[in-house]
Amino acid sequence: MSTPTLEKQDQAPEPADATAAHTITVTFRIRRFNPEVAAESYWEDFQLDIDPKERVLDGLHKIKWDHDGTLTFRRSCAHGICGSDAMRINGRNRLACKTLIKDINPEKPITVEAIKGLTVLKDLVVDMDPFFQAYRDVMPFLITTGNEPTRERLQTAEDRERFDDTTKCILCAACTSSCPVFWNDGQYFGPAAIVNAHRFIFDSRDEGGEQRLEILNDRDGVWRCRTTFNCTDACPRGIEVTKAIQEVKRALITRRF
Amino acid sequence: MSAETTTPANDAVSAYDVDHPAPVIEAPRARTRKTPKTTRTNFEMYGWLFMRLSGIVLVVLVLGHLLIQLVLDGGVTKIGFAFVAGRWASPFWQAWDLIMLWLATLHGANGLRTIINDYAERDNTRLWLKGLLYTAAGFTIVLGTLVIFTFDPNIR
Repeated sequence: MSTPTLEKQDQAPEPADATAAHTITVTFRIRRFNPEVAAESYWEDFQLDIDPKERVLDGLHKIKWDHDGTLTFRRSCAHGICGSDAMRINGRNRLACKTLIKDINPEKPITVEAIKGLTVLKDLVVDMDPFFQAYRDVMPFLITTGNEPTRERLQTAEDRERFDDTTKCILCAACTSSCPVFWNDGQYFGPAAIVNAHRFIFDSRDEGGEQRLEILNDRDGVWRCRTTFNCTDACPRGIEVTKAIQEVKRALITRRF
Repeated sequence: MSAETTTPANDAVSAYDVDHPAPVIEAPRARTRKTPKTTRTNFEMYGWLFMRLSGIVLVVLVLGHLLIQLVLDGGVTKIGFAFVAGRWASPFWQAWDLIMLWLATLHGANGLRTIINDYAERDNTRLWLKGLLYTAAGFTIVLGTLVIFTFDPNIR
């Protein structure tokens, strides 16, 4: 990340419009919704001069700071870790802070809308409560019996590797809100909750696996998964979500037979 | 929500303001206090497993059935009362058809049950569609089984 600044220093004597030369004009087509003004949502276009190597989030910042301060969206760290800014960009769930404008065809308008399946509160902000309720339901914390050890709970590198993939989840809801079963049935736990259950079910230090499997064995649990792979495609962290769900299914079956 | 690329008309006075916001669209079938509690049964698991296993068996049964009925020995023209009577004289074909009938009907019914669960949003719609489905599947199974077991080739 430090090299571009060095390159710019070499070109420093050039006038200011040298930097403007590599900006392009991009149209952001954003789905706006404000319940305090109208019951209907609508698409609004914003023209921006922006460096294509910038991210969609930078474009949204530009709009909010320079064009329309009423644009509402969530973001905290802006670097792909906090998981606040999952949104539907050009029809796919992505993190606005990890999507470069040059990667999503800036010649056409870039559509930005709220993630689906959750209640839109304003513009790009959705009510995340059902999502976190499902997360709480799978008990995403270490469950053990007996006395607490005086030192850390050790496990082998292989045991850690078993659930490594699902520890990467940042709870951005990109997977759950890309799931067609979740769109139709808000009671389905959704991929994110199952991923976080997987993280503990396959942890050798945890003893609550049986309870979690029992929860996910229910009507609204893993058996509603249609293996559409939308969640795997949507995950900004590259977690193999559908594989994790299938592993939970397999654990449920091998538990019985 | 509509999806027009226009800004809302500003000339009309909006019916909504800060104190009276528009109703937001609730998520379908959100969890409420009336939502049934967890069942703690393995029904869904057995249903899922049944779909896989019956699917494998049905590939053999149905393709074999189609091959015998429509391709071999002159194809569809050979099928008549005598042909069916001749086949059902053997317990092997009786068992074949019986297993195929049961597996195909239950497999299809379970698949449709899943689709109804996915797409029928209102509780009442779901109840009626599933009631219709179970009645149809039950009727098909009962009638088919009855015919296979009580088939009389000397009927006149």
